[in-house]
Amino acid sequence: MRFRDHRVVGDIMTLASRYRDEGADELVFYDITASPEGRSVDREWVRRVARVLDIPFCVAGGIRSVADAEAVLNAGAEKVSINSPALADPALIDALSRRFGAQCVVVGIDSQLTPEGYRAYQFTGDPQRTQHSGRDVLQWVQEVQARGAGEIVLNCMGSDGVRRGYDIEQLRAVREVCRVPLVASGGAGAIEHFAAAFRDACVDAALAASVFHSGVLGIAELKRALSAQGIEVRV
Amino acid sequence: MSGTIIIDSGGANLASLQFAFERLGESVRVSADAGEIASAERIVLPGVGSAADAMQRLQRSGLAAQLATLTQPVLGICLGMQLLFEHSAEGDAPCLGIIPGTVRRLEARTARPVPHMGWNRLGALRPDPLLAGLAPEAYFYFVHSYAVAVGPPTLASVEYGESLSAVVRHNNFWGVQFHPERSASSGARLLQNFLTL
Repeated sequence: MRFRDHRVVGDIMTLASRYRDEGADELVFYDITASPEGRSVDREWVRRVARVLDIPFCVAGGIRSVADAEAVLNAGAEKVSINSPALADPALIDALSRRFGAQCVVVGIDSQLTPEGYRAYQFTGDPQRTQHSGRDVLQWVQEVQARGAGEIVLNCMGSDGVRRGYDIEQLRAVREVCRVPLVASGGAGAIEHFAAAFRDACVDAALAASVFHSGVLGIAELKRALSAQGIEVRV
Repeated sequence: MSGTIIIDSGGANLASLQFAFERLGESVRVSADAGEIASAERIVLPGVGSAADAMQRLQRSGLAAQLATLTQPVLGICLGMQLLFEHSAEGDAPCLGIIPGTVRRLEARTARPVPHMGWNRLGALRPDPLLAGLAPEAYFYFVHSYAVAVGPPTLASVEYGESLSAVVRHNNFWGVQFHPERSASSGARLLQNFLTL
């Protein structure tokens, strides 16, 4: 389980400003212990972030109702991302999509290969509470789209945090059944990993955390290299 | 005349737009008051929710009829731009009818998923004070499932499997399909231009 030992990576305002200035295209804020601890995301920091960011950002963590999502969107976020609450109550996706539009509704999926195939996990923010949801990932991807998800972030748990590359095979399998924007997550450690996700798995975006937080790879450097390889990015 | 007003059509998510103007040193007010709107120097019509819901709210508050009579610069953003046209396929909704044309659903294609979300460059910029100083390679952030085809009001287009209107103008009504408040420095420049119209 690569999700153990989450690191505290410093003040979010400092990081948000740094990534904005480095040319990040979008930021995602995960309050990963919100769902396992049964609380909603604190919205005062969302307002503070919205004041300084001039790029889109998405907030994830413990959003369990239309009212939770509304508070986050009113505070200035573009999108909300739901994961464990969607697995617990799939109708939440329909309700959010009807109220705010599909473009606001991101569904995050923590996926792992099991002997039965790719399976979705929940409460992955807490290693003690992480559990198999019983759902087949490829079926879940189709269901969340039918319910009105506007974007899917596929976090491949087996490769997350170890920086050995995205799980291209799994991303390709999901891409086959995903008609909305697909974001690769989990495993980025080098420029080539990003290039492979775009080139070989045809994802619409690539998400990474530790490789940027640790300073191993700069966003500007990464985007210049991808652009040089003919992958269209904003530089 | 008093400043810039963002029309409150009863939905969520006006904070990011307000903050974008604040970063430019412009304090804007959010209002649904007909008197305040009539006397504002500039009006922003944001997009919230679906076309049918937004039109229903504008009709109920009486703002739908007032909007067409405005003579000061008006900027529609995303759904707000689409509402300026005659009709939207989203919920089969009659819109404000200020700009000739209709809004239709984007078709998902290979490598072109819908919603269209992401940063794109504009093409075929026509000279206009709203676009002053913007390089053709400037990127803007798009998030939409519906769009207006390129036509006479189009000032700039965007390629997404086909050519779509990214910026439109009809007299004192401008509209942008992208979100300038989330389009980094190019978006800030466009909003700054709007404040000088």
